[in-house]
Amino acid sequence: MRHSKTPLYILVLILLISGISLTWQRHHNFQVPWLPGEQQQVWSVEAMVEFNGTGEPALVSLALPDAQTGKELISEFTASPGYGLAFAHKDGVRRAEWSVRQASGAQVLYYRAEFVSDADLSVKQTAPLLERSPLLTGSGPQITVARELLAEARQRSADAATLSRELVREFNQQGEAAALLKQGASREQWLVALLSEAGVPARIVEALELEDGRRRSQLSKYLQVFSDDEYLLIDPYAGLPVSEQSLLLWEYRSEPVLDVIGGRYSRVSFSVLEQKLPVRDIINQRRDHSSGLRDFSIHLLPLSEQALFKGILLIPIGVLVVCLLRILIGIKTAGTFMPVLIAIAFIQTSLITGLIGFVLIVGVGLLIRGYLSQLNLLLVARISTVIISVIILIAVLAVLSYQLGWTEGLKISFFPMIILSWTIERMSILWEEEGGREVLTQVGGSLFTAVITYALMMNHYVQHLTFNFLGLQLVIMALVLLLGTYTGYRLFELHRFYALVKRK
Amino acid sequence: MIALWWRRWLSLKSQGVLGMNRRNHHYISRYNDRALYPTVDNKLLTKQLALEFGLTTPELIGVVDNQHDVRSLAELLAKHSAFCIKPAKGSGGKGILVITDSRLSDNNSLEFCKSSGEWLSLAALQRHVSNILAGLFSLGGATDVAMVESLLRPESSLENYSFQGVPDIRVIVFRGIPVMAMIRLACSASHGKANLHQGAIGVGLDIHSGRAINAVQNDDVIDVHPDTGVDLMSLSVPHWDRLLELAMACQEISGLGYLGVDLVIDQHAGPTLLELNARPGLSIQIANGAGLIPRLKAIELINKPELMSRSSKLDFARAHF
Repeated sequence: MRHSKTPLYILVLILLISGISLTWQRHHNFQVPWLPGEQQQVWSVEAMVEFNGTGEPALVSLALPDAQTGKELISEFTASPGYGLAFAHKDGVRRAEWSVRQASGAQVLYYRAEFVSDADLSVKQTAPLLERSPLLTGSGPQITVARELLAEARQRSADAATLSRELVREFNQQGEAAALLKQGASREQWLVALLSEAGVPARIVEALELEDGRRRSQLSKYLQVFSDDEYLLIDPYAGLPVSEQSLLLWEYRSEPVLDVIGGRYSRVSFSVLEQKLPVRDIINQRRDHSSGLRDFSIHLLPLSEQALFKGILLIPIGVLVVCLLRILIGIKTAGTFMPVLIAIAFIQTSLITGLIGFVLIVGVGLLIRGYLSQLNLLLVARISTVIISVIILIAVLAVLSYQLGWTEGLKISFFPMIILSWTIERMSILWEEEGGREVLTQVGGSLFTAVITYALMMNHYVQHLTFNFLGLQLVIMALVLLLGTYTGYRLFELHRFYALVKRK
Repeated sequence: MIALWWRRWLSLKSQGVLGMNRRNHHYISRYNDRALYPTVDNKLLTKQLALEFGLTTPELIGVVDNQHDVRSLAELLAKHSAFCIKPAKGSGGKGILVITDSRLSDNNSLEFCKSSGEWLSLAALQRHVSNILAGLFSLGGATDVAMVESLLRPESSLENYSFQGVPDIRVIVFRGIPVMAMIRLACSASHGKANLHQGAIGVGLDIHSGRAINAVQNDDVIDVHPDTGVDLMSLSVPHWDRLLELAMACQEISGLGYLGVDLVIDQHAGPTLLELNARPGLSIQIANGAGLIPRLKAIELINKPELMSRSSKLDFARAHF
């Protein structure tokens, strides 16, 4: 029955060699640096256009963003198999125009652009010509009300910024007037018309909020208000200027973002991914995006999937930590890989919020479970009750923390609730059978493992390495396989068998 | 710090103490065929197998295998005052409820006394059985059945050594040969339970004679029982040869190479099989003050020890351990 270890060692060797050579090849052939090093922030943004073809020729026109203050366009590319593509330039306006002879069924087109943050870059934008808006020509109750709002706001303002702020305040305070105006045109359109009327050039722009890992998000509308050569972006509901740094202006010539002829149910959604790229790489712009299998990396996927994989590729790190702590140290955890799930939740919630949330949920859950045990319920029903209680608890905590102005508390909903409920049930039984000490050992062990996993997953270098070098996954697998053959003592066993050491 | 750990490591290694990783890797996964696990993990199947081969096991009062029967629990228990309710697939002693007495309470409902002396209502007993059926105590949470067995009466010579609860004897049998044994004694600190990690006393037994060689509680060496004050070193298990015979027979019927056999010596029936364990714990080494590895290695040197006769297996164990 003796098993030979040789096949295992050969497998480990193959994994190590292929993993390391893949990693080295990626470093050498594609100049991906080992360390994050000196880097610049690069925003990859992707627009996904979806529509249903009607079986007739289709023409899709999408507004494209361009270099703008603080952000330089370094590359752009599209994925649209079977479609003809042209970048149309008209009066300095760029649009992507896809065309196909026949489109039927669900169609998906991608456009991706990469912008590098550059604080020194300043791009002037020309103000729109001042002309009277058709909204304000003629007469009628809406125009009268609109002019009244403008007159009020004008009295309390000094310049373009304060005028827009006061106009928005008027809209917010004069509920009836705002409702009446809304019947004619949107708030943004009225604001632009009134600002122009007051001699302030303004227009509606649509911008994408730059936040790492955003998927399927939409553009938001802002007012671009000019004074002299400068412009401000104004939130049409708060009335305050917003920072341009975290926004990418997508459409700023008062044109539609998406225009589809020959298709139905068209929509466009956006994904954002933040990358740190070495300066050298950006300058050379050598990244070849049509290289196919030669460059087998996550970067070939659509952005929204890349954002997903950025997290998924970190999970093996957590699994490795669990293996190390259990096999080498002998730490007891509640549920083998539960700590990894908790660590993933910590990434969403931030560590302190996560720890407080975990202790609160498990603590209150144990109290509820303690009461439920007196009600003589069947197991499945009891755990279901705990799940629902945990969800209610999370909802109450979220509302409470929001009311108290602690928005961090909202993130508590990122916890894996069903896993937590099972943990509560198991811990409760453990408490009855083995006492509170064992519960503390296991919960403490789980939290300890989760915190270490979290620290590693959040590490700048670990993130850089796992995301850029797929080959490392094979190396991790080889390490885990090797750990599976470790037959030495666990660190805790040195303590457990201490009586035997003393005897000697 | 590291030097201290290293010295401990070397000390354990020189004594041949078996660690968890090595046990799982070298012995359990190598000598225990997974296909054989269900028979030992399910106490009902173990019992059937034992009865088939004429081995002594506690008398089965009844089996509750569906939620509906939980209501008629009172009828099942009516004629018995001392019994034990177990989950068939429970592990590590989880979910075992020992009832030593029953009575009618003031409002004419049945009440049961746990081995710890605490009284339970019939409803509490039914809830426990429901929990067993739902799989609360079974490995992986699989649905389970509850077994009700008559309670064993410990042999009179052992009675003084245990405070509440029945002392049980664990024998590790490796490839058919008994390698190490201990007796586990309940005490007030362990609440009538005989599990070492719950504070019960473990007394290592000489394989040759069944006499005590060392005693521990919570991993510390002790000489007298903390509750009764009896000298533990005077303990000697009666019917020792019959007991080892039974342990070896259990290994033969289960087919597992690395097996823990839990036995009790009943006043009337003598050595009785309680349960089998395919992943026996390592604390037995602390109770014996000796490591398992040298003994296991000695057996690994024999060619096909499984084929030896029981008497030559016994001779080997007596000669070497």
